[in-house]
Amino acid sequence: MQTHFSDLLVIGAGLAGERVACEAAQNGFTATCLSIVPARRSHSSAAQGGMQASLGNCAMGEGDNSDVHFIDTVKGSDWGCDQEVARLFADAAPIEMRRLAAWGVPWNRVVPGKSFYFKGGEKFEKYEKEEKEGLITARSFGGTAKWRTCYTSDGTGHAVMCTMDNRCAQLGINVFDKKEAISLIHDGDTCKGAVVRCLRTGRLEVFLAKATAICTGGFGRIYKATTNAVICDGGGHVIAHDTGVVPIGNPESIQFHPTGIVPTDILVTEGCRGDGGTLLDVNEERFMHIYEPEKAELASRDVVSRRMTEHMRAGKGVKSPYGEHLWLDIRHLGDKHISTKLREVDEICHHFLGVDPRTQLIPVRPTQHYTMAGIRTDKDGAVYGLKGLFSAGEAACWDMHGFNRLGGNSLAETVVAGGIIGAKIVEFLKGHETTFDTASINDAVNKQKKRIDDLVAGRCGHLNVYQVRNEMQEALMKGCFVFRNQKDLEETVQTLQGTLEKSRKVGLVSDGAGANFELGSALKLEGQVKLALCIAQAALQRTESRGSHNREDFPERNDQDWLNRTLAYWREGADMPELVYEDTTPLFELPPGDRGYGGGKIIPADAKYVKERTVKSPVTEIGKKK
Amino acid sequence: MDRQLTFEIFRYNPERKGETPHMQQYTLEEKPNMTLFIALNRLREEQDPSLVFDFCCRAGICGACAMVINGRPNLACQTKTKDLPDKITLHPLPTFKLIGDLSVDTGVWFREMYTRTESWIHTSKTFDPTKEEERMDNSVAEDIYELERCIECGCCVAACGTARLRSDFLGAAGLNRVARFVVDPRDERTDREYYEVIGNDEGIFGCMGLLACEDVCPKNLPLQNQLGFLRRKMGITALKDLFKKK
Repeated sequence: MQTHFSDLLVIGAGLAGERVACEAAQNGFTATCLSIVPARRSHSSAAQGGMQASLGNCAMGEGDNSDVHFIDTVKGSDWGCDQEVARLFADAAPIEMRRLAAWGVPWNRVVPGKSFYFKGGEKFEKYEKEEKEGLITARSFGGTAKWRTCYTSDGTGHAVMCTMDNRCAQLGINVFDKKEAISLIHDGDTCKGAVVRCLRTGRLEVFLAKATAICTGGFGRIYKATTNAVICDGGGHVIAHDTGVVPIGNPESIQFHPTGIVPTDILVTEGCRGDGGTLLDVNEERFMHIYEPEKAELASRDVVSRRMTEHMRAGKGVKSPYGEHLWLDIRHLGDKHISTKLREVDEICHHFLGVDPRTQLIPVRPTQHYTMAGIRTDKDGAVYGLKGLFSAGEAACWDMHGFNRLGGNSLAETVVAGGIIGAKIVEFLKGHETTFDTASINDAVNKQKKRIDDLVAGRCGHLNVYQVRNEMQEALMKGCFVFRNQKDLEETVQTLQGTLEKSRKVGLVSDGAGANFELGSALKLEGQVKLALCIAQAALQRTESRGSHNREDFPERNDQDWLNRTLAYWREGADMPELVYEDTTPLFELPPGDRGYGGGKIIPADAKYVKERTVKSPVTEIGKKK
Repeated sequence: MDRQLTFEIFRYNPERKGETPHMQQYTLEEKPNMTLFIALNRLREEQDPSLVFDFCCRAGICGACAMVINGRPNLACQTKTKDLPDKITLHPLPTFKLIGDLSVDTGVWFREMYTRTESWIHTSKTFDPTKEEERMDNSVAEDIYELERCIECGCCVAACGTARLRSDFLGAAGLNRVARFVVDPRDERTDREYYEVIGNDEGIFGCMGLLACEDVCPKNLPLQNQLGFLRRKMGITALKDLFKKK
């Protein structure tokens, strides 16, 4: 058995993972990263928009500061976030952007003078100041009071990923690609590393470490329709959750984006609608203005997704071999606008649909996009339940996003959280030694060997992995999508309980040799179904609507009963998750209030509860302003 | 109206004893808007779960799914079946080490390239978190980004004549990487230092100027211009050195 040792093992080499590893390496610790794909192919690289940080350099960002960013983030979360964490994030973000600039990111910069921009289809003028020339500039994003999103063209995630991976190469960090952690090694108290399957040869290896960090991104792929890369399948969540002592935080908190293309669910940017694009139904007629007379297509993400779903339910969807959809129309924006401002959309339409958006309609529908849900950590990134285990980025529920995250906050979180949590890991490593018990390592490996042998030999059954996976994906689409209600959720839970049984009776069709994908899928299937059950059960229990969690039967945001976070444990041998709840946030800088968009009724929290936890802060006053 | 597509797919699993490389045929009914991403996944899920191929972002952004499609390297995810004939032949990228079937090892190749080109900003400055960022002209940032757009899919290396002849050739991707740092004012390396890295036959002087790299680049990087730019720059550096020695 090939065995590797390092001070820090990072599972997942996207932006969060590599940033954590850099922090450890810069402080003299050895760090190893594992990735299913070469690091630069990580899903971080697919993020086009940018990173929110309140540098306030550009004209439309003037007067911005971390207080304003904090307020936007808390409101965006529908008061579902941990405000201590949101504060840490908002304060550190500008410094992190500058650090990335020093490391090599080619941020777009302020160009002084007059220029134009579009809002709601109308043209406006702005003037950039001479004294700000050459500083990091920003663009506009939804749900923000200022232009705050730092970017490099339409490839921010890609550019930052290149720089971070270069930094890892410079620091001599071992970044292994095509290695997948399939189990943690732990003794119920401390995490000691992972059992890893080599995706080149299929062989098992052991990676031991004093500290382990899971930075494997989201788990959108357990849904049928998602914008996520195929690697965002919850592998990291599965191995943490499987320990029985680590909870998933707010599993019901899943974001859906209105405009994924059909088929393939690749995202086309919100900019289409921002620049004046419209949504059409089967009769090629607009409909958003009927539901939302004021904002129409420019209502918030959760609202547009909700209305589109309603409209398709009313029989106005366009039927296709890939299911029902609606149309996005940007034809009227004209050739020049499409070839310059919406170049990416143009390319996506060309390559993936064979559609020319100048003359043809784009098939779109709401699709899973982001998991605010994740491995629950404290504000230091330390995972609940196991010492020596950390998590950062989309994989984690550090919880700055609560029940809805803002565009540009996810990509920023990867590097900001990576820096903060990386520093906490360094603190941990400085005072920590551990012992490795070869017998328990062998046990962990043998357990995985047996699972593999059983799957290959079909000892537990011969059910088809893809069919069982499909049943899980369809069940989530039915009960845990944009709208949720008691009846559908109960049915989904029931279906998934059956799927869980089936997932334990899967056997391979192929022989599982070498870089076999069927085996990889089969190994994580049971864990994925458990995640799906956590979503469904937590969504069933949460009898309110908050952010992206919309209960048709409970449309109010209920701060009185539900100002809390779900923690979903899966105890050993159990057939259902155990749900416990903790306070959403230990303190309020910004006491619960109206977001100022999205509408809906609020059942207020107990005044005494809020008052006791409210701290003096500059944002209490700023936050009152709409 | 639906066509029957015939796929001829290269098969070889080095981990399976006694197996020899061969072509295997599959048929699949074409559907509207079908890409090779959809088609290959359907083949794996419905017909042959032992098929090995890589996809990741499936949106033309990450570079994972490069393969030789009817004789030409390209990204499978952004190749639509309707642009292909009824018979589709798929091979793994040449030059890279084969992992299995259509999957090759680009990861190790590119990490070696980072080490050889020292693919990071070389600077004597240390980052000061209390200070404003160093200013940069926006057009310079855009020039850097233009070369940073490489997704390391490996198409250019697979299509390169020199790379087929000598395994140590940096390829267009590696040379483009150097060019990215040459245009970046934050990198303090001199031409002489770059010459140490690429002023040889494994580097810029190995390029035969066939320029298939530019033809097949799915991101349309200006590889021809960059190769010309580096060749001139390194040629001048060599000449300067020659005169210095006299």
